[in-house]
Order: sequence, then structure tokens, then C-alpha cells
Amino acid sequence: MFDATSLVDSSNLLALPADSNATLNTFGHDPIWIVLIKVLGVFVFLVVMTLFSIVFERKVVGRMQNRIGPNRTGPWGILQSLADGVKLAFKEEIIPVLADKPVYWIAPIVSVVPAFLAFSVVPFGPQVSMFGHHTNLQLTDLPVGVLVIFACSSLGVYGIVLSGWASGSTYPLLGGLRSAAQMISYEVAMGLSMVAVFMFAGSMSTSEIVGAQNHLWNGIPLFVSFIIYAISMVGETNRAPFDLPEAESELVGGFHTEYSSMKFALFFLAEYINMVTVSALATTLFLGGWHAPFGLVSLWSGANSGWWPFLWFTAKVVILIFGFVWLRGTLPRMRYDQFMHFGWKVLIPVNLVWILAITTVRVLRDQWGSGTSQTIKIMAIVLAPILIGLAIYTAVDLRRVNRLEAETAAEEEAEAARPFTFPIPPIDLKVPASPRLVNAAVTTPAVTAGVGGRGFTEPPAADGSDSSSTNGGRPNG
Amino acid sequence: MLAPYLPIVILFALALGFAVFSAVIATVTGPKRYNKAKLDFYECGIEPTPMSSGPNRFPIKYFLTAMLFIVFDIEIIFLYPYAVANRVLGIFGLVEIFFFIGTVFIAYAYVWRRGGLDWD
Repeated sequence: MFDATSLVDSSNLLALPADSNATLNTFGHDPIWIVLIKVLGVFVFLVVMTLFSIVFERKVVGRMQNRIGPNRTGPWGILQSLADGVKLAFKEEIIPVLADKPVYWIAPIVSVVPAFLAFSVVPFGPQVSMFGHHTNLQLTDLPVGVLVIFACSSLGVYGIVLSGWASGSTYPLLGGLRSAAQMISYEVAMGLSMVAVFMFAGSMSTSEIVGAQNHLWNGIPLFVSFIIYAISMVGETNRAPFDLPEAESELVGGFHTEYSSMKFALFFLAEYINMVTVSALATTLFLGGWHAPFGLVSLWSGANSGWWPFLWFTAKVVILIFGFVWLRGTLPRMRYDQFMHFGWKVLIPVNLVWILAITTVRVLRDQWGSGTSQTIKIMAIVLAPILIGLAIYTAVDLRRVNRLEAETAAEEEAEAARPFTFPIPPIDLKVPASPRLVNAAVTTPAVTAGVGGRGFTEPPAADGSDSSSTNGGRPNG
Repeated sequence: MLAPYLPIVILFALALGFAVFSAVIATVTGPKRYNKAKLDFYECGIEPTPMSSGPNRFPIKYFLTAMLFIVFDIEIIFLYPYAVANRVLGIFGLVEIFFFIGTVFIAYAYVWRRGGLDWD
């Protein structure tokens, strides 16, 4: 089936109807000047979207907190982010002494370049006429289109880890590591949520995925995938409420604490471009890409042709960015273990079960047909194991919760039965010798004397002699 | 054949040029006023802890997470071709994918039970 269509396409390669949906074979035939225009277009789009989103975010969060937000630079403050960027270029660049200079320099570049690259396969619109040339409103497309985006967003992790490590400082290191763990965890959920889309489209090329959503947006039949994608895209971009890598209250700024001036601006740019990218990918995969919103085509048939789709696409992306800002304005930060739990123990299993359910339904419907009785049969086959699995899981979980509750109750009871309500040390306190000290006593006689002299005197002495005899280079903390 | 990749290369060149330019420009335009305290690394103004990440080694608690990520990433990579061709493969593909996901699920359940998915 797929071979046949691709053969047909390649035979009439040059005779392209102007209003056709883009197929893979229509890419790679642009003259070089159109390619250059498109590259510049994508670049400018991303930079403008970044400048816009920063002001937009500050404005919206401001309104949510009963403030006005920036309103001094330019009309209504819309030039605020541009002014910030220019200001940063004239700030002193401070590189900490302990930083690993080459890596410190490379890290922001490593993080910003893939962010730009990810946009190379995002479809902005259908075929348009550009200076008398028919071309797709998309830089390029590949049979593995979505994988390019995926690969680029994974490469961004390197920038963050390297910056955290190269700063030679504690907070950035912790932030970088957290960020890496978080991004790879949510990348799994994100990758799995796309599988169902590829099933529906029968392709991984972005233009064909958009083309397959001509009548129905993927987000509606694949709502579970869409929800999982929406959650993991927030985790993937390190945004609130999943902004643990740069949790201001714990890690100052996370991986970019030690960065200043334009290098800091590059990280900022990368973060916002990534936000735009995942929003654009959500639009492409689940929200019909550049297709006009529902019902508009029936009212106005020209809504899906020409340059209009670019407007729909941008509007959808901006709505998703508003979602990001809304989350940030509303929700407190999650705790780290809850966050990782959620990614690994909820999103991934739900995703896998959902994929199996979808593929079973599709394959069986192909085999048996889609009549009412067959549909009921298929539903029974799919739902029965899921319900049984859920029942077993609930039973096990209930038992675990009961056991934990019984344990806490028993502990509390034991606590209440004691004569004193607060813990006090026994009168004849004997601190057990530290295992390290015992080991040392076997080898060095000098420490043995120390151990012998201890024991009956002050208990805190155990700590002091311990750290001095084992020569802990680091302070106790 | 490689023509669709050309725009990606050009975009890469543009992005790289922009990034390198931005990274370098600040050293030219920005002021330079030496101050020893500025070059110390930042720990909210308190005396920094002597632990430094630079040449020292540090334990990575997320090692297990990384390993799990590799397992699941490979699973995803195998799921994609199946997803694209699932119409063609039919019942055979369905049974195979059940076996495949089942196998990974066993590993997943094992890791869960052993506490590999507990964070603190």
C-alpha cells in the first residue's frame, strides 16, 4: 500500500498541483535562493517568537498577579525583551576561576544550535507561491521528520549538563544533573506518546502527519497521547511546575547560575526556542498542524490555502505558549521524587497500555471490519485485560497502603505507650563505636587508645575523634 | 537524494554562526573590571564549600535513571517502525509487538520491585 503511493508520487514528480497536500517527494527541489529565504525565515521566526514569548509571559504573569507587567520600553512595553537582550550584550562577562574554560564556552552554543535545528522540519503551511515559485511552507521534510526534532531536543541536554559541570560550582552541577535526569525521563514519555500518532498517519514525516489530519485532529481520538505529550513537553523544557533544575529557592539558577552576559542570554534563548518547538510539535502532531480550526473550512473554503495556514499555525503555537505561562502563573513547583515517580510510574505504563490498546483496535478492525458487533467485540477484547489489570493493581496498592497505615499506627501506639512523649537518651548512655573506628583500631594502635579513652565520657567526642582519625578531607555536613 | 538535508545544513551553519557570534561579542563589548570576589563561584554570598566539580570526581545518583533511559529509548526506537507499518504487518505484527512490549515490561516490573524507580 505504501509502496504504491510513493511510486505514483515519484512518477509525476514535476507536475505538482498547486493545492495538493505536501508529500515527501515535493521536498528537496527548491532552488538555492528559496532555501536561503526559508532558512532565514525560520531563523527570524524563532527569534521573533522568543522575543514575543518573553514579553508575553511577563505581561500575562503580571496580569495574573494583579500587576501590569513591563510597559516602559516601546509601545505597551513590547520591546522589553529586545532591550534586555541589548543590555546583556554590554554587560561584563564573569567566568569563575574554577570553570573549565573550553567547555564553559562551548556549552551555551551546544544548547542553542540544536534548538534552532529542531525547527527545520516543522510545517508552517501547505504549498504557497513564493516569487512565482511553488514551494512548501516548510524548510524541509524527511521520512524520519519527527525523529529530527526528537534528536535535536535530546542534544540540548548536552548543553545543560556541560554547562553545569564546567561552571565548577555546586549549584550549577546539581542543577545540570537534575536537568539531565528530568529531561531523559520525560523524553521517554514523550517518545512513547508519539507512537500512536505515527500509527494514525502511517508515516513519520511531519508534512504527511499534518496531511493525515485533514478531517480530524489527532488530539481528539488520541486524547490520552495528547495529554501525556502535553505533560511531558512541560517536563522536557524544564518549565514550571517542573522547573526543578533551576528551582530558584534551592539552586539559585540551576545550570546557568555562573553564566552572565550574552552566554546567559543564549541559554535563555534556547529555553524559549525549545518552548516554541515543543508547542509547534504538539500543533503538528495533535492539533492539525496548519489546518484551519474546526468549521472554518466549511464557511470559507480558502482557509486552508495560500498563506493563511501560517496564521493558524502561529495562533495554535501561541495558545500553547499561553498554556505554559498559565501553568507557571498557577502551579507551585513539584517535589523532585513526586515528579520522577509521575514520569516513570504513571506516564510510561499508561502510555504502553494505550499504545497496545490502540494498535489492537486498529489491527482487529482491519481484519474483522468495523460493524457494530465487531466493534463491541474489539472493545471487549481491549478493555477486559485493562480492567483486570487495573483491578489487580488497585488491590495490590490498597494492600500496600493498608500495611503502611498499620505500621504507622503501630509505631504511634508504641510511641504513645512510652512514659515520655519526647525522645530522650537513656541514662546510662553508651555510644556504640563507629564501624570505621573499629576498623581503624584493628590496624593502628594509636587510635585504639583513643577508643579506650572514649566511651565513658562525652558522647559527642565520638564524632570529633571519628572525623579526625579517618582524616575526612571534607567538613561534616 | 541528499537534497532534503541541505536546508538543515544551511540552518545549522546560520545557527552556529549566530551562537558563536553572540558568545564572542560580549567579551568585546562588555566592560572588564577585575575583582577577586567576582571570580569566586556563587553560593548565595556565604563562603563557598570547598567541594568543586572541576577536576574532582563526583557520584552520579542518576546513573540508574540513565540506564533505564537507554532501555526505554531502544524500545521506542523499535516501536516507531512498527507504528509506521502496523497496517501492513497485521495480526502478525500485533502478536509480535505484544511479545516485545511484554518483554520490556518484565524488566520494568523488576526494576520497580527492586526499588530502582524510588527517588528521595
